[in-house]
Amino acid sequence: MTKTLRALLGATALLTLSGAAIAETTITVATVNNGDMVRMQGLMDDFNAKHPDIKVEWVTLEENVLRQNVTTDIATGGGQYDVITIGTYEVPIWGKQGWLASLNDLPAEYDVDDLLPAIRGGLTVDGTLYASPFYGESSMVMYRTDLMEAAGLTMPDAPTWADIEKAAAAMTNKDAEIYGVCLRGKAGWGENMAFLTAMSNSFGARWFDEAWNPQFDSPEWKATLDFYLNLMNNYGPPGASNNGFNENLTLFNQGKCGMWIDATVAASFVTGKDSTVADKVGFTLAPDNGLGKRGNWLWAWSLAIPASSQKQDAAKTFINWATNKDYLALVASKEGWANVPPGTRTSLYSNEEYAKVPFAKMTIDSINAADPNAPTVKPVPYVGVQFVAIPEFQGLGTTVGELFSAALAGQSTADEALAAAQAAVAEEMKAAGYIQ
Amino acid sequence: MARAASPRKQLITTLAAWSVALIIFFPVLWMILTSFKTEASAVASPPELLGADWTLDNYAEVWSRSDYPRFFWNSVVISVGSTLLGLAIAIPAAWSMAFVPGKRTKDLLMWMLSTKMMPAVAVMIPIYLLFQWLGIFDTRIGLILALMLMNLPIIIWMLYTYFKEIPGEILEAARMDGASLWNEIVYVLTPMAIPGIASTMLLNVILAWNEAFWTITLTTTKAAPLSAFIASFSAPQGLFYAKLSAASAMAILPILILGWFSQKQLVRGLTFGAVK
Repeated sequence: MTKTLRALLGATALLTLSGAAIAETTITVATVNNGDMVRMQGLMDDFNAKHPDIKVEWVTLEENVLRQNVTTDIATGGGQYDVITIGTYEVPIWGKQGWLASLNDLPAEYDVDDLLPAIRGGLTVDGTLYASPFYGESSMVMYRTDLMEAAGLTMPDAPTWADIEKAAAAMTNKDAEIYGVCLRGKAGWGENMAFLTAMSNSFGARWFDEAWNPQFDSPEWKATLDFYLNLMNNYGPPGASNNGFNENLTLFNQGKCGMWIDATVAASFVTGKDSTVADKVGFTLAPDNGLGKRGNWLWAWSLAIPASSQKQDAAKTFINWATNKDYLALVASKEGWANVPPGTRTSLYSNEEYAKVPFAKMTIDSINAADPNAPTVKPVPYVGVQFVAIPEFQGLGTTVGELFSAALAGQSTADEALAAAQAAVAEEMKAAGYIQ
Repeated sequence: MARAASPRKQLITTLAAWSVALIIFFPVLWMILTSFKTEASAVASPPELLGADWTLDNYAEVWSRSDYPRFFWNSVVISVGSTLLGLAIAIPAAWSMAFVPGKRTKDLLMWMLSTKMMPAVAVMIPIYLLFQWLGIFDTRIGLILALMLMNLPIIIWMLYTYFKEIPGEILEAARMDGASLWNEIVYVLTPMAIPGIASTMLLNVILAWNEAFWTITLTTTKAAPLSAFIASFSAPQGLFYAKLSAASAMAILPILILGWFSQKQLVRGLTFGAVK
């Protein structure tokens, strides 16, 4: 071999090696559009500096579109997405179907034991962690301290539904467009049914008995719906059957709601710059009825890896960065402690700085008050506090949500809505093979 | 001789036309107004107009959070590309159906139209797999093909209707003068059908621009057009209408401008042959 040829071969080998050294893996992260996710995209410089060999591309989609695209991709083994953002509802279903990669082998620095037990429980199937929580939330009562004071009332730390009704009656002043309580009324499994399912837990109701028979004909569901309709008809805002999270947030921020029972994530909004009542807001636990369960839900947006991803190692590196303790410290250093993604780690709530955030304690107390594996007073065959973790629930929840929303709009009675819900759910459960 | 309408009748007709136009345009107008409001103003009940808080923040935030030029360019390439490819196939097809129809031409036309009645979601999985297999998932070429095939029946139908209005004798005369098939289509038929071809082209660009199901399903990061851009501004905490409206306004603005400047051509093409 001539010298020239040897030199050429050597140079080629070197070039190949140097090419390999700077070769980067590109991962596609599919996410929903919310404040914490947008903030993470703004902090990507930190990830890029630590992992120059991994390039992250983002796909931001509407929640339902994301769900559809990701399920199509996983079902066809497409491998288009390497990291996906999914909710607590999907994790048990998808994990069981083998659609998600196990996250049991994340590095020690991830500190899996630091995850809040309630949240971790909702993301684990048969001992395997299938998703890493990015932020967690529950629901709680947000109330106007000035209106309570004017009414001569004090909000208990752990109110009952009777306390809520009493406070709503005292605060309502329809002439001044102040309504005692604002609750979700817009139809949808993630809208009014998230609230009503969580509320029904505190009334001793459940979606199904242990043999998957629907329970809308039970006295507990009747008590739940009667109470909700009376409360909203007497003390709620007009047109409440169209109100979801955003509409109630606007009403509350405009000073038109005495109380609002909704996601803990709303706390930063009602005390933020867009709120006209920011300095007059108090927080307390979601109500109960003395039966051992509160009417609060549990939800976490989490990061998971589809089993079809071809770049699982790089995806795990990203998830470790985005959901470990260092990331929380990074957000705190750049954006302040109030903007740290809440509700995922025990260590965050033992941090003295974070304890100063006004809604920190109520958020953790609310999350701890929910148990997705034992959500109801009576035993149930399903996981989930404000949902039932079965694939059919989205359709069922929306059907029942429409019936209950119509009852709130005065188009049917509570009894009619419950009878129709019982019939619709029974039919669907028969068709799906859960019951004969 | 044309009859002169009475002033009263003219007034009523004008008012009716304006009312219909306003009703049709109102959602777009409301969206544009909402895009300049704060989120609180956008969902205020009763709706605010004069007392609303006006702001440009929504546009600033939408611009800063997304790579708008990339989505825009993808939309341009996909809609124009699918239209041109569709025309290249549809002009000869419509020519043969209009001037040398066979026994089954009418059935073929009906069958083509019937494919538009099938819900897109019914073929989602096969198309998804096909795109994966061909390696054209999340590529502009893939979307050009998909949208071209989706709109081809409409293009052929429209062109067929326009071509039918052109007397076959003119083409025959061209043939007698020794024009080849290519020359007949390019130099005789096409110039006469320009208004029809132009309106077909414009309508198809609009259809492709607004298509949201396939463009969102078959893309992730590289080929995503403005439909995916709009979808990314829908939030799980509820719809943030002001930002969503700003994103929507930015997405429809180019097509609105195109429609405005080509409305004469569009109307001329759509009414081509309507009155004989």
